[in-house]
Amino acid sequence: MTVTVSMTLNGKKVSADVEERTLLVSLLRDHLRQTGTHVGCDTSQCGACVVHVNDRSVKSCTMLASQVDGADVLTIEGLAKNGELHPMQEAFRDNHGLQCGFCTPGMVMSALDLVANNPDPSEREVREWLEGNLCRCTGYHNIVKSILAGAKAMRKGG
Amino acid sequence: MYNFKYQRASSLDDASKAAAAAEDAEYMAGGMTLIPTMKQRLAQPSDLIDLGGIASLSGIRRDGDALAIGAMTRHAEVASSEEVKSAIPALAALAAHIGDPQVRNRGTLGGSIANADPAADYPAALVGLNATVKTDRREIAADEFFTGLFETALEEHEIITEVRFPIPEKAAYVKFPNPASRYAVVGVMVCQAKDGVRVAVTGAGPSVFRVDAMEKALATKLSPQAVEGIKVPEDGLNTDIHASAEYRAHLVTVMAKRAVAAAIG
Ligand SMILES: Cc1cc2nc3c(=O)[nH]c(=O)nc-3n(C[C@H](O)[C@H](O)[C@H](O)COP(=O)(O)OP(=O)(O)OC[C@H]3O[C@@H](n4cnc5c(N)ncnc54)[C@H](O)[C@@H]3O)c2cc1C
Ligand code: FES
Ligand code: FES
Repeated sequence: MTVTVSMTLNGKKVSADVEERTLLVSLLRDHLRQTGTHVGCDTSQCGACVVHVNDRSVKSCTMLASQVDGADVLTIEGLAKNGELHPMQEAFRDNHGLQCGFCTPGMVMSALDLVANNPDPSEREVREWLEGNLCRCTGYHNIVKSILAGAKAMRKGG
Repeated sequence: MYNFKYQRASSLDDASKAAAAAEDAEYMAGGMTLIPTMKQRLAQPSDLIDLGGIASLSGIRRDGDALAIGAMTRHAEVASSEEVKSAIPALAALAAHIGDPQVRNRGTLGGSIANADPAADYPAALVGLNATVKTDRREIAADEFFTGLFETALEEHEIITEVRFPIPEKAAYVKFPNPASRYAVVGVMVCQAKDGVRVAVTGAGPSVFRVDAMEKALATKLSPQAVEGIKVPEDGLNTDIHASAEYRAHLVTVMAKRAVAAAIG
């Protein structure tokens, strides 16, 4: 049994035929070859798979591909514009917000959901928001610094 | 995960008809428990009926002296709702501390209570605030809704449509969260309303329960000292890698004290 899933991915209309049990993350990675979204735990714990569905951050390992039929999906690949990094990505680079980089796409996507609703978060708010994002390299200090810097750059329209 | 047939229901009627026609149907709300359970092959429905497209199941409204919250309302919506924050701030705060932001963006009130996880937060709110669960068939008082470990009064294919929370005079919820998942190792909701004081405990036992001795003591005087000396028996409480029954019994008193302090504070 297969279903056709159509969605807007990073501004472009795409569709794919998948089995009903296909997870959103495997639609992205295996069917559409967008491998920026990672799978860390596959058990809804780590946040490496965070993407946006209709402007809210979600764990794409805990959604079915069928559930995003007709939705607007944004992944890490959709952030850079004309070869220029998004200010939040740039802030991660400037502040050493990544070590191995495995958790980074999820961290960035999660951070952008925070900043969309709270443009000037406190350090505490950033730390609380990252409850669902684990960094196995444990570089939390610089991740928090990066997000605060990224939020600041975004406030300036950078 | 085993394969299944997926359908997105457009109305309540549509959902219950699809469930009745299927060999072994399961409703899906936020999927935050169901999808992990299916991945582990602990559930293997033939048909998955997604309630996500039924607009009438979602939303928060004032209904006389109560708040009515639709079953498909996400935790994040309850947490950020001005209506909830002003009428029952304890409920908004409870929702704001469920899991993490991504769990709150998907997980729903209906899914949480239908699942009846012993460590879930909402059961304490329903029983503590003396809520009523509305389904496509009837109304069920919160006291009768939770019947045991992952067990509720719901019949086969019955759909929760909304929960009605009477607005209390004072209420607060305090939990000792599991540091990894944020589920309640023990969580206590204390509520003072026109018809009396309620103390509801989640996380400690197989299912949410009330503490009669604490309710009586608090009815005389709503102060943390009133519950300080009251311990629930550890018999029948949960023991797991996170905490022993003895420790949970201890936490019930500590969380109750803090909840009373927060409610009057
Ligand atoms: C990492 C993580 C951390 C979490 N932390 C917490 C926490 O701290 N506290 C807490 O309380 N919870 C926690 N949860 C659980 C979460 O809050 C979800 O609410 C819960 O998983 C179920 O809600 P859901 O909407 O996702 O339901 P689903 O997973 O979609 O469904 C669960 C069950 O309910 C049934 N169901 C759903 N809706 C209805 C309905 N309207 N009528 C009848 N039956 C229905 C389904 O058939 C299924 O059997 C956590 C989950 C995860 C993954
Ligand atoms: S891979 Fe989705 S939360 Fe870890
Ligand atoms: S940088 Fe390695 S997991 Fe976070």
